[in-house]
Amino acid sequence: MSNVLALIEVSPDGHVSTTAAMLLGAASRLGTPVAVVAAAPGSSAALGEALGALGAEQVYVAETAEVVTSLLAPQVAALALAFSALDPSAILVANSIDGRELAARVAARLKAGLLIDAVDVRSDGGAVVASHSVFGGAYNVDSAVEGGPVVVTVRQGAIEDRAEARSASVTTVPLDVDAAAFAVIDAIHPLPAASDRPDLRGATTVVSGGRGLQSKEKFVLVEQLADTLGAAVGASRAAVDAGFVPQTSQVGQTGVTVSPQLYIALGISGAIQHRAGMQTAKTIVAINKDADAPIFEIADFGIVGDVFTVVPQLIDAIGKRGSNS
Amino acid sequence: MKIVVLVKQVPDTWGERKLNIDTGWLDRTSSDAVIDEINERALEVALSYQDSNDAEVIALTVGPASAKDVLRKALAMGADSAIHIVDDQLAGADLILTARVIAAALTKADFDLVIAGNEATDGRGGVIPSLVAEYLGVRQATYLDSVTITSDSVSGERGTENGSMSVHATLPAIISVTEQSAEPRFPNFKGIMRAKKKPVVVWSLGDLGIDAASSADSGHSVVLSTRQRPARTAGTKIVDDGTAGVALADFLAAGHLI
Repeated sequence: MSNVLALIEVSPDGHVSTTAAMLLGAASRLGTPVAVVAAAPGSSAALGEALGALGAEQVYVAETAEVVTSLLAPQVAALALAFSALDPSAILVANSIDGRELAARVAARLKAGLLIDAVDVRSDGGAVVASHSVFGGAYNVDSAVEGGPVVVTVRQGAIEDRAEARSASVTTVPLDVDAAAFAVIDAIHPLPAASDRPDLRGATTVVSGGRGLQSKEKFVLVEQLADTLGAAVGASRAAVDAGFVPQTSQVGQTGVTVSPQLYIALGISGAIQHRAGMQTAKTIVAINKDADAPIFEIADFGIVGDVFTVVPQLIDAIGKRGSNS
Repeated sequence: MKIVVLVKQVPDTWGERKLNIDTGWLDRTSSDAVIDEINERALEVALSYQDSNDAEVIALTVGPASAKDVLRKALAMGADSAIHIVDDQLAGADLILTARVIAAALTKADFDLVIAGNEATDGRGGVIPSLVAEYLGVRQATYLDSVTITSDSVSGERGTENGSMSVHATLPAIISVTEQSAEPRFPNFKGIMRAKKKPVVVWSLGDLGIDAASSADSGHSVVLSTRQRPARTAGTKIVDDGTAGVALADFLAAGHLI
């Protein structure tokens, strides 16, 4: 089987991205999964163990101190080096902000074709086929690359397959980074420690709140229901613009696209731009005061009512069911 | 300072957007075509620098003849001139070809700074600035929530899933900006009238020395199939009579969702 490279993003303090398991799972469908990492010198042993546990057959660590000073250049250089060393049939990268940008630079450098935001990948007679969910899931499009190597970015949380844990072979190479054509990182401000809630991308259940939550203080209701259900917290653009929640929670056309088993929209009118980010959810529940809110057009279960009375009752009812079972 | 702003004509996100099932390409006839909102923010970043500095602002688009409308909008907002790359060979162009064309046009036009939106609302790729940066061998400072431009560098806050970082790049450079970057100005009547007299240069692929067929020396993407998903329909809708929360818990339990 040919090698399939999965570029694994690692935070400046050495944490492997949550997209690593998905990428290695996808890579193992297409060939021999090889994790490629640009990392600070001295991190290869820990990375080899962590990524082997996620299914990497080989872990290719390109070491450079520039990972904290040069934007994207180390990752691009690491992939280009791994490409020439390992002759892979495809390169997979997460469709994260960093991921898709470094994928683009690698594709241009290697004269590869670029398939973006795949929600699925498969091998068809040796060729890599990517599936895309276009215009908020209104269309499914399959694409492939002709005439050159293949670089695919995979939507975060889209692929559930996981590769079997194994003991990976670790290759460590020093990386010479030509950072001249890249921006300089002056300071890094990591997000405060992640909450226990699941990540919005790839969550099985998402509870989102909109302008109907009225204030940042009252938005806590969304978090309470989310925690009752073990769900991720999302928001409409209106709620983000009103300052109830940070932009990273925004679901919709210009935010995160989610496709959970259950999506609960609280106080969200359901403008077409919001629907574009959640309408492929398996089951949609909406609670809104306005009986004419467009969210009801796509809701499997809609309640015309006040979120501040319905949601506490729902939380209470779920609690009672839990204690009875 | 010569600033080129990349703009794109997209189907209006307020309407239903369609793909041609046979080609997988955008069906341009089915919805209103508008300048992408994020491009107005990119243009605003350029214009607000120009407000207090010596700068020339050029709007550049790749698109069919109809795309001249978005250039007029950019000119009405305050861009000094515009470049329209239009060629029948570009119908269905993939990201790689589009970026090669933009890179060639930027080389021909010359620039100190290129400003793009972080991602278009139609393709949502977010990769064009990076592709162009690689082709041109220039620095990219992308996904900026805030931007500071000086005579020889550009800096800002780059927001990502994991937090943010402060970055800077000396010019020439390409940046992309997010929804947080700037609130675009509205074109006033004077701007709209003046826009009619501003120059719009039209270039073909021949003018840029690009042969679309020769893109075969690079990998290119092909659409294998396009299928429309059935539209969602409304299910049960109830008006809260004081027991809706319990009814919803029953619904979720019946679907094994709790």
